[in-house]
Amino acid sequence: MTALGALIQRDIRIALRVGGGALIGVLFFLSVVALMPFAVGPDLKLLARLGPAILWLGALLASLLTLDRLFMADHEDGSLDLIVMSRNSLELACGAKALAHWIAAGLPLIVATPVLGLLLNLDTPSTAAVALTLLAGTPALTFTGMIGAALAVTLHRGGLLLAVLVLPLSIPVLIFGVAASKAAITGPQTFGAPFAILCALSLFSFVVGPFAAAASLRQGLD
Amino acid sequence: MTLTDLANPTKFLALSARILPWLAAATAVLLAIGLYQSATAPDDYQQGATVKIMFIHVPNAWLSMFVWGVMSVAALGTLVWRHPLADVAAKSAAPIGAAFTFLALVTGSLWGRPMWGTYWEWDARLTSVLILFLMYLGLMALWRAVEDPSRAARAAAVLTLVGAINLPIIKFSVDWWNTLHQPASVFRIGGPTLDRAFLVPLFVMAIAFTLLFLTLHLAAMRNEILRRRVRSLQMMQANSRAA
Repeated sequence: MTALGALIQRDIRIALRVGGGALIGVLFFLSVVALMPFAVGPDLKLLARLGPAILWLGALLASLLTLDRLFMADHEDGSLDLIVMSRNSLELACGAKALAHWIAAGLPLIVATPVLGLLLNLDTPSTAAVALTLLAGTPALTFTGMIGAALAVTLHRGGLLLAVLVLPLSIPVLIFGVAASKAAITGPQTFGAPFAILCALSLFSFVVGPFAAAASLRQGLD
Repeated sequence: MTLTDLANPTKFLALSARILPWLAAATAVLLAIGLYQSATAPDDYQQGATVKIMFIHVPNAWLSMFVWGVMSVAALGTLVWRHPLADVAAKSAAPIGAAFTFLALVTGSLWGRPMWGTYWEWDARLTSVLILFLMYLGLMALWRAVEDPSRAARAAAVLTLVGAINLPIIKFSVDWWNTLHQPASVFRIGGPTLDRAFLVPLFVMAIAFTLLFLTLHLAAMRNEILRRRVRSLQMMQANSRAA
């Protein structure tokens, strides 16, 4: 357990220091949201209606953007080989790395959501609903995206290929994230059902993601 | 002759060379029968002659999912048993599956125009087939991204299995999201709702298309094996020149 704790601490520390790039995700999130009024026009009513969708799409793209550093940096300096060779199970190590990545890159997105909600003319309950769904849903994005990151690092390819592989897998999270936030804002559906499914998707990705990522690392790095 | 014997590519090539003509002939005969039956099937009282698109559309849609199933079994063969033919099977199935999925989308859209009044509708089934198509293309991009075939095979196998787990979830979520397409009417509890006049040609066409896939797949696997041989011969030649 201490080894995993140390791994999480180390990853967070690297991500937050100079050259880490975790906070660039927030900047990207802000830029995407700031672009939207230019694309759809500065109509505040329309922006309020599209708000949850814009925030979710921005968070999805921002978390995708930071994903390819998840294993790549460790692969470049050789520490990934040490993690693979260590006596701890690789599945748990992958899970720990994803958790650290989510804390460093995912949580800041959720913290930034209230400010961005203000820009999009969302009232307080709506912003809270979007932030809550992001809190429940972004772990699923990180843990499924980790599979793509593991594939990309074994193939020495990143960028667009990673995006093409991961984006279709994130569709369910997007659907239920936006459905739950819209249900909380306008109805007529209840908030509970899509939100529960969103949580289920996250829990499911906790199981599948580490195993698939560990499998592809084991198969690909030899 | 067991599955392990087929691990020898030469034995596989010999066996498939014997099977392939028979399979192709059976496909041609069944396709001819199916097409004749589809052409002579009665018009639907509501949809008119456009109902005949069904005989092409439904087998394509069925195969678009069947091929992913075949690839998932092949992926298990790659990861679990390290069967040398498994990654050949997986690689050569992907473009065929993508083609069937594309045809299902195109025929569906041509059928949708007279029936729903639009070529494309963000309906649940259409959307999930489109996502399936995107995943086929992503898988093919993954195969093409790496030169070393065995390395690409293992990565593609992981992605295929993840896709096999995720596709039902995607389908369920999209169903929740929006629905217009008619519900399943052939395989359902309480028997099919289709009339026998449509059901018989549909089944013949479904079997014919499945045989067509097997024929194409076998031929594509042979090509892939030969392509790999050419590649290793070229590399041997390059090595001997360098030395």
